[in-house]
Amino acid sequence: MSTVLSEPKLPAGVKLPIYMDNHATTPLDPRVLEAMLPYFTNKFGNAASRNHSFGWEAEKAVDLAREQIAKLIGATAKEIIFTSGATESDNLAIKGIGEMYRERGNHIVTQVTEHKAVLDTCKRMEKLGYRVTYLPVNADGLIEMDDLKRAIDDKTILVTIMAANNEIGVIQPIEEIGKLCHERGILFHTDAVQAVGKIPVDVNAMNIDVLSLSGHKIYGPKGVGALYVRRRNPRVQIAAQMDGGGHERGMRSGTLNVPGIVGLGVACEISRLEMDEEAAKLKAMRDRLREKLESNLDFIHVNGSMEHHLPGNLNMSFIHVEGESLLMGINDIAVSSGSACTSATLEPSYVLKALGLGDDVAHSSIRFGLGRFNTPAEVDYVADKVIDVVQKLRELSPLYEMAKEGIDLTKVQWQAH
Amino acid sequence: MAYSDKVIEHYNNPRNVGQMDKNSTAVGTGLVGAPECGDVMRLQIKVNPETRVIEDAKFKTFGCGSAIASSSLATEWVKGKTVDEALEIKNTDIVKELALPPVKIHCSVLAEDAIRAAIGDWKKKNVGAGEQASAQVAVAAN
Repeated sequence: MSTVLSEPKLPAGVKLPIYMDNHATTPLDPRVLEAMLPYFTNKFGNAASRNHSFGWEAEKAVDLAREQIAKLIGATAKEIIFTSGATESDNLAIKGIGEMYRERGNHIVTQVTEHKAVLDTCKRMEKLGYRVTYLPVNADGLIEMDDLKRAIDDKTILVTIMAANNEIGVIQPIEEIGKLCHERGILFHTDAVQAVGKIPVDVNAMNIDVLSLSGHKIYGPKGVGALYVRRRNPRVQIAAQMDGGGHERGMRSGTLNVPGIVGLGVACEISRLEMDEEAAKLKAMRDRLREKLESNLDFIHVNGSMEHHLPGNLNMSFIHVEGESLLMGINDIAVSSGSACTSATLEPSYVLKALGLGDDVAHSSIRFGLGRFNTPAEVDYVADKVIDVVQKLRELSPLYEMAKEGIDLTKVQWQAH
Repeated sequence: MAYSDKVIEHYNNPRNVGQMDKNSTAVGTGLVGAPECGDVMRLQIKVNPETRVIEDAKFKTFGCGSAIASSSLATEWVKGKTVDEALEIKNTDIVKELALPPVKIHCSVLAEDAIRAAIGDWKKKNVGAGEQASAQVAVAAN
């Protein structure tokens, strides 16, 4: 069957499928790839080889990358430790600090919408005898500073709070948290995977002691990340979680992933130079998407504070439409759903539930993650398609019909199964 | 996840979408599931009181593609059957027809529940109009 001729013509700037899931991962910037390529072939040296030019060449490239990363977050090159990615960085930070400062105390403070790399590491710490306080968030997704102040006690050694959330894009009050931690002499770690390269992050202005970042969230390669570890005021010590050749100032053994590190460095350099312009572009597209959806659909709302928000993120609930069925209808667009209908637990997003959303609303949520390579034409296509599919599914939805008739769905006796 | 062609076909062209007058004695309504579980099905049947044949069926479903397909298929299958024949429809038949993966079996269970609930509602409405007797016969036969 020849369908080529009957395919509807797409507007200029739209090529299907459209990738709008840039919180999950980002495509590699071609400039990053270009910088990496020689380090897969001719420049293959081990950065730890001290006796020949192959090693020196690799070391030089790694040193440059360290500078590029440090510059993006206001750190110095010596404070950058390379890892395999942010999950490892989070593990190393929490476990390494926990172990090193055990005699000073055993209490860690975090919050409920952290990434699993932090939450599950904290759970592990509890099994090892540490106390962990999980702060709640308000309906906007933000922690309350008073809760943090109350949670801290004389045994608290570490506060770990993410800079920006991966699902709802909400930016926590990092500067205030850092200030409080420094006043109290407590170390502050932030998982800044979604924030670095997207919004300004300065480890000194924000009093951040330890920071996790990842390559593939900023148009760099997968499998490489970094941990910033403060060297002055205070000098942070981290117990290595991997033993071996003593690389990375003894904190993380293992031969360096030189091509990956070169890519991470260049990705940081590009982000530093283009962040302001890119953020403005993303915010304009995000706001356009939101306005189009809001002016064409009823029973929808935005999740998370829009005041403290990443420029490229939009998390919306399309009430009375189940998220997975919505994704099925927009299968030429890559986005994520707050519904976990496909997961074994059938539990919707814990982040959305932490905002106080009911399971029904969480099931109806879609995360749009706009990125560097999205175009305004794609935003229009996505908006039109989502509006069309939501309207179609609401024609099918008994809940939408009942809500339109004025029935209070919370008062209905449902037969849960 | 990958959906079977039949699930996609029902999702794209759902059969018998709509609503019937739930106050009519000829109509039985089944509303099953819960919004917080991510699926709610409403299945309605219109039964001929003389022949007990289901002459029409309508549905609306809030849920994933498999839930929509299961309920759409259920309306197709019950139409033209007597209420007793419709009660013979098993969730496993739906699983087989739509090639549902294990994680989606609950969608088929819900569709079977919806058929039973709709028939139960119709029977309750028609107690005293000959339905009670046959319902009791059915119980006795069990």
